[in-house]
Amino acid sequence: MPTMTLIEAVLSAMDEELARDPRVFITGEDVGQRGGVFRATQGLYAKYGGARVIDSPLAELSIVAIGIGAALAELRPICEIQFADFIHPAFNQIVNEAARFYYRSNGTWRVPLVIRAPYGGGISGGLYHSQSIEAFFAHVPGLKVVVPSTPYDAKGLLKSAVRDPNPVLFLEPKKGYRAIKGEVPDGDYTVPIGEARIARPGRDLTVYAYGMMAHYSERAADMVAREGIDAEVVDLRTLLPLDKRTVLESARKTGKVLIVYEDNLTMGFGAEVAALIADEAFESLDAPIKRLAAPDVPGVPFAHTMQEFYMPNPNTIADAIRDLAAY
Amino acid sequence: MPTNVVMPQLGESVVEGTVSKWLKQPGDSVAAFEPLLEVSTDKVETEIPAPADGVLLSIQVEAGATVAHGTILAVIGAAGELDAPVFQNDTPPTPLSGGRTALASAPLSDEGRTAPASAPLERGRGGAAAAEAYTGHITPVVARMAAEHRLDLALIPGTGREGRITKKDVEAYLDGRRTAPEKSVDPWDQPGSGDLFKPTVDYSDAAVAGTQNAASAMRSAPAAPIAGTHDEASAGLVPSVANSSSSPGRLIPLSPMRRAIADHMVRSQLHTSPHVTTVFEVDLSAVVAHRAAHKADYAESGVNLTLTAYFVIAAAAGLRAVPSINAEWREGGIFYHYAQHIGMAVALDEGLIVPVIRHAGDLNLIGAARAVGDLATRARAKALKADEVAGGTFTITNHGTSGSLFATPIINQPQVGIMGVGAMEKRVRVITDSYGNDMIAVRPCAYVSLTFDHRVADGAAGDAFLMEVRRLLTDWQ
Repeated sequence: MPTMTLIEAVLSAMDEELARDPRVFITGEDVGQRGGVFRATQGLYAKYGGARVIDSPLAELSIVAIGIGAALAELRPICEIQFADFIHPAFNQIVNEAARFYYRSNGTWRVPLVIRAPYGGGISGGLYHSQSIEAFFAHVPGLKVVVPSTPYDAKGLLKSAVRDPNPVLFLEPKKGYRAIKGEVPDGDYTVPIGEARIARPGRDLTVYAYGMMAHYSERAADMVAREGIDAEVVDLRTLLPLDKRTVLESARKTGKVLIVYEDNLTMGFGAEVAALIADEAFESLDAPIKRLAAPDVPGVPFAHTMQEFYMPNPNTIADAIRDLAAY
Repeated sequence: MPTNVVMPQLGESVVEGTVSKWLKQPGDSVAAFEPLLEVSTDKVETEIPAPADGVLLSIQVEAGATVAHGTILAVIGAAGELDAPVFQNDTPPTPLSGGRTALASAPLSDEGRTAPASAPLERGRGGAAAAEAYTGHITPVVARMAAEHRLDLALIPGTGREGRITKKDVEAYLDGRRTAPEKSVDPWDQPGSGDLFKPTVDYSDAAVAGTQNAASAMRSAPAAPIAGTHDEASAGLVPSVANSSSSPGRLIPLSPMRRAIADHMVRSQLHTSPHVTTVFEVDLSAVVAHRAAHKADYAESGVNLTLTAYFVIAAAAGLRAVPSINAEWREGGIFYHYAQHIGMAVALDEGLIVPVIRHAGDLNLIGAARAVGDLATRARAKALKADEVAGGTFTITNHGTSGSLFATPIINQPQVGIMGVGAMEKRVRVITDSYGNDMIAVRPCAYVSLTFDHRVADGAAGDAFLMEVRRLLTDWQ
C-alpha cells in the first residue's frame, strides 16, 4: 500500500470523486490554478478544467451559498474554506440554510454539500489561521461534522462526505497535513460517517480525541505504555453524529476517561463527551471525568512559546494520563 | 515525618482492644494498607493496616497487652529515622487519657505528662480516625461492584491516590478470592488434622525417618529414643519428648475471646442471675413438612431455609406473648424492650460469637432465614461488624446441632432469657385423632429449653413463653 500524507489523501479523494461523478465540482479561494494554499487541489484544475475546479471571490458567505444552490440543483459541490477561521461569514448560510433545508422542506429538498476547512493550531498561524471551530457547528442538528486524523480516514471519510445526501462539514487538522503519514490502499473505498475508531486498545483508561489531538494522544499513550499504563485511545472521527456506542463501551471498559481537544476548554466538544459519559456510564466510572484542552483565551497565540503553552501536546497529554491512572 | 499507628475504635461500644499478634517486626519495611498487626476485642478480631509506607521503627505495645483506643501502638517512618524516637520527651507512647474514657486495664499517663502534649495527641487521634474507617471517595464503579459482590470495602487494600480503592483493587480482591477458595473453608469443614488425630510420638516412623540404623539407635540409647532425630524434632515433625515428659500437660495462653467468654460466664451465672431452666418437647412435624415444601422456593431466592429460622420466628412470638422474658434487670426496675433483637450463638473453632438479628419480631420466615444465613456465614468468616454482635435482647443457642438433646445454657447478660434448641430426632409419640382415638406415631421431635433470670421472671412466665413457642412450631402454617 502506498504511504500518503494527510493532504495527499484529501487530494486523492477529491481527484477520484471528480473522476467518478460528473456532478462533483470544487469551489473556493485559490483552488484553481494555484491548487489551493495548502495544495489540496493541486493539479485538479489542469486535469478537470475550470468548469469543475472554480476559483471563488474572497467571500466565504458566497462560497457556501453557491454550494447550497448547486446542491439543490443536484450537483455535488465541495466548497473549500481556506482557513476554518474564515468560516464565520458563512455561519448563517451553513446553520440557517444548509443544515435546515431538509427539515424545513419536509424532506423534499436535500443539500448534498461538502465544506472542507483546514482547522487548528500549531502552525504559528496566529489568531486568524489557527482556530478550532467544531463546537459551533457540532451544536447544529442537520449538519454532519467530520474530523479525520489519519490519511486512510481522510480519504475514506471525504469520499463518504461527497456521497452523503446532506451537508457535511469536513475539518482537516492542518498541523498534520504533512506531518501525519499513513498507508492508503489503492482504489475506491469509503469510511462510514458516524463511527469512532479504537486507535489503540488499552485497559487502564480511555483517551478520547480527534484530529491532531488523536494523533498526539496515541503518541502519549505510547510514552506511558513504557511506564506500565495501558491507555486506550478512541479517535472520534465524526463529532456529529457522535458514535455514542463506542464512546460508552470504552468508558464502561476502563472506568477512567480523559477527553483531549485543542479548542478552548469551556463549551468545547469534549464537554459533550463528558456529559454523555456521566449520564450513561456513571456506574462504570472509577475516576472523575477529565478534560485536557486549551485555556480560555480569545485566540491561539502567535508567539511560538505561547502557542506551545496553549496547545495540548504529547507531553501534557501523557501527564494527564499519568494523573488519571494514579487516581 | 514518622506516622503513629494507633489502636482504632472497633465499634461504637468498644473502647479497648488487645494486640493479638504483630505481623511485622521493628526494622521491617511496610507498605501503606499492608496488614501490620492483629487486634482483638471481646467482639471481633481484625487486622490493622499500616497507615503509611515506610519502615516499622518501633513497637510500643507488645502482643497480649490490652489498651484503650487511640493508644499509639507503633511508629512508622523512613529508615533513617530509626534512631530517633518520635515522642521521647513529653509524649510517651502511652494510652490517651485526656477527654476519653480511661480504662482500668489501660496504663494511664499522669496528667502532668499528658497536659503539654496537645499537638501529638491531636495527631494520634487523627490517626485513629483514619484507621477506623476508610473515608475517601468511593467511585461509582467501586460502589456498584461492592454491592454486586456484597463486599466489605474495609477489607480491600486501596492502591489509588491517598489509598482510594480503585476498580482494579476490587478486581484483584475478587480474583484473589476466586483463586484461593481453600482459605474460606472453615476449620471444622476440613478433615481432622489437629493434635487429637496425631499419635503423640511414633517412634518407629521417627527413627526410620531420622536415622539409617534406627533399630540400633533405639537399643543403644533407650533413654533418649529420638536423640538421632533432633533436627526433625526441632522442625516440628515429631513432638518434643522433653516437653511431654517434664510436664503432665500443656498450657495454652488464653486468647482474648476465651478470656471474654470466661469472664462473662462467671459473671452471669455466679454473680448476677439465679438461673432456672424449663424444658418442653416440641413436635416438629409441621415445621419439617413446611420446610420440605418451601426449601426449594427459598433457595431460588438465594435463601437457605434452616430450622433455626423457624425457631427465631417462634422465639420472637414467645417474647411478644411474655414481655418479661424480653427484658432486663436494672437497679431502678425491670426494663422491658419494645423490640425483639435476638442473638444467635455461632460456634467458632476458638470459641463462640453471638450475632444479633435485629427486630426479629418484625421478620417473616424468609427474612429470618436470610438474616440467619447472612450472620452465620459472616460470623464464621469473622466478617461481622462490632455493632452486629451487640444490642441483643434475647439469645437462642442451637446446641442440638452438635447432638445435644437438651442443655442448660448460661444467660447472655444483661438479657433475661436464653432458649436452647436440642437435637431433632424421630420419637415414638402417642397422638390422639379427631375422634379421640389414641395411637402410636413416629414424629420428629426436639427438646426446647428456656433458661431465665428468676429475679425478673417466675416459672409461670418461662413456661408461658415456651408454650407459645411450642404452639407456633406445632401448628406451623
